[in-house]
Amino acid sequence: MSVLEIRDLHVSVKLPDGSRKPILAGVDLTVGAGQTHAIMGPNGSGKSTLAYSIAGHPKYQITGGQVLLDGADVLAMTVDERARAGLFLAMQYPVEVPGVSVANFLRTAKTAIDGEAPKLRTWGKELTGAMTRLGMDPAFAQRNVNEGFSGGEKKRHEIVQLELLKPKVAILDETDSGLDIDALRVVSEGVNRVREQGDTGVLLITHYTRILRYVKPDFVHVFVAGRIVEEGGPELAEKLEAEGYERYLSGAGGRA
Amino acid sequence: MTATLAHSHGNRTGTPPERFTSSDPDAFEVPTGREEEWRFTPLRRLRELFTPFEPTTRITGEVSAPEGVSWAIEPLSPAGVLAPADRVSALALQRAPQSFVLRVAAGARLDDPVLVTGVASPGIGYEHMVIEVGERAQATVVVDYRGSATIAENVEILVGDGGSLELVSVQGWDADAVHLSAHAARIGRDAHLRHMAVNLGGAVVRLSPTVHFGGPGGRADLIGVAFAGPGQHLETRLYIDHDQPDCSSDVLYKNALQGDDARTVWIGDVRIRPVATGTNTFELNRNLVLTDGARADSVPNLEIETGEIVGAGHASATGRFDDEQLFYLMARGIPEAEARKLVVRGFFAELLDKVPVPELHDRLVATIEKRLAEVAGGPA
Repeated sequence: MSVLEIRDLHVSVKLPDGSRKPILAGVDLTVGAGQTHAIMGPNGSGKSTLAYSIAGHPKYQITGGQVLLDGADVLAMTVDERARAGLFLAMQYPVEVPGVSVANFLRTAKTAIDGEAPKLRTWGKELTGAMTRLGMDPAFAQRNVNEGFSGGEKKRHEIVQLELLKPKVAILDETDSGLDIDALRVVSEGVNRVREQGDTGVLLITHYTRILRYVKPDFVHVFVAGRIVEEGGPELAEKLEAEGYERYLSGAGGRA
Repeated sequence: MTATLAHSHGNRTGTPPERFTSSDPDAFEVPTGREEEWRFTPLRRLRELFTPFEPTTRITGEVSAPEGVSWAIEPLSPAGVLAPADRVSALALQRAPQSFVLRVAAGARLDDPVLVTGVASPGIGYEHMVIEVGERAQATVVVDYRGSATIAENVEILVGDGGSLELVSVQGWDADAVHLSAHAARIGRDAHLRHMAVNLGGAVVRLSPTVHFGGPGGRADLIGVAFAGPGQHLETRLYIDHDQPDCSSDVLYKNALQGDDARTVWIGDVRIRPVATGTNTFELNRNLVLTDGARADSVPNLEIETGEIVGAGHASATGRFDDEQLFYLMARGIPEAEARKLVVRGFFAELLDKVPVPELHDRLVATIEKRLAEVAGGPA
């Protein structure tokens, strides 16, 4: 069974003027297969930085700590190597790639992840099935990746990829943002199907508790000022719903 | 991807000036680079073409032609379709030592494409070609150039009434070649031309396709594919003259650029004259900039002199393959080289899928992918 270990991770972001701004200040977190961890925190607390730095986005510089997937040094890998090792990042703002059809993109990604091309005989059905389950018209397979997709369609497309690529660890960065209630339910069901397989660890980054009504976390971590300040079970999410982040913020120096 | 609309609109008021043409080379000044028609072109790389010279090379090669096609090398014999619009074209039309003439008999329906493979050895030369498709004939012709030379060329294309020609012009030159070529087509009544320009090789290639109509009901589809590598200048100057009623034209040119000083220029002039009622025209230029240091210029112009048309439009978009797109594809396990290939293949697919000869299609795809794999900033 797979395990993702994040140890004392420090990360800075590169600013346009070349200077660096520290964002993560020592994050420790272990995500095992079949577990769902929710990371909750206010805007600007570094939740997305955690997601993107694990995936290897070049904007972020690791200044200390370790990320290990089944003992292998993730930080030494290129972005594509991380994905092939079993990491998946569902992005908050999926990128448009003109000229590349969804079908071609997904087949290429599946081939890269699996190390061999999917069987033609079953792949079409698998693709259509995944899209249909996420409420995406299979005709979208012929459209260019994310081009002209609504916010909700982009998020559904991310979860289609999650289902098809079957990662060891999936990081979902604010997948719930911008979704109406029906889309939230459909997307949550997609995440739950992957969880039910029991092989995938899920790191669910969210601002709000509403997705947690559909995707029940095993652990909840409160993230403030670049680190985890409190941890607990699902009941912690309910407490946050009632009390907000205010008391953590005042503890961290107060809201500006 | 960020898309920018960077183009100027044609002047739609008053009467536009006639495009100046002359068969007398001296009617054109030697350009200084400030002229509108030369301002994008690296003149210092083609100085020798602006004065008359004695040819030291010519394009030779092979012709593979099915029944219904005849071809010959004749003394210089202009077909009267092309009116030179610049000094190099005028010099070439005056001084080419011979004409390569390809004729498709009236009513012929060719079983196979005509393949013209032209190879030039180093030197400087003038060329003249005539492709004549008879009434109601249907033909596919591929003109495939390679080698290393400096060539000034004129190509005259005649499609007879009710005829149909699919012409693919491949500039697959070696990295040091210079090629200036004017293609002029006359499309007969109810006739159809699909003109496809593929610009891959050469240091400087400047292609000027011109279309006018010999009767109503004609249709012109002009498509182009270009891949400019480091230091390469690939320029297209289109002119479609809607001078007959009820004709249509559709233009789609796509350029990809990679490497330092990779350069493409696309000028698309469409004119709809007062007589050309019922015209339907659309032109689109898309450029994909793969690396910093490359530059794509795009200038579509539309002059509409009658309101009684079906439609007229143009668009131009230049996009960058950026770090966010690369990250997204790599975050799905796709290696960087594969990601670039995916994007470029997708960009060109709708055009390359129209290449009528499968072997040529495969070769062009392979050539583009090979060029893509060349390290940006390395030799072209």
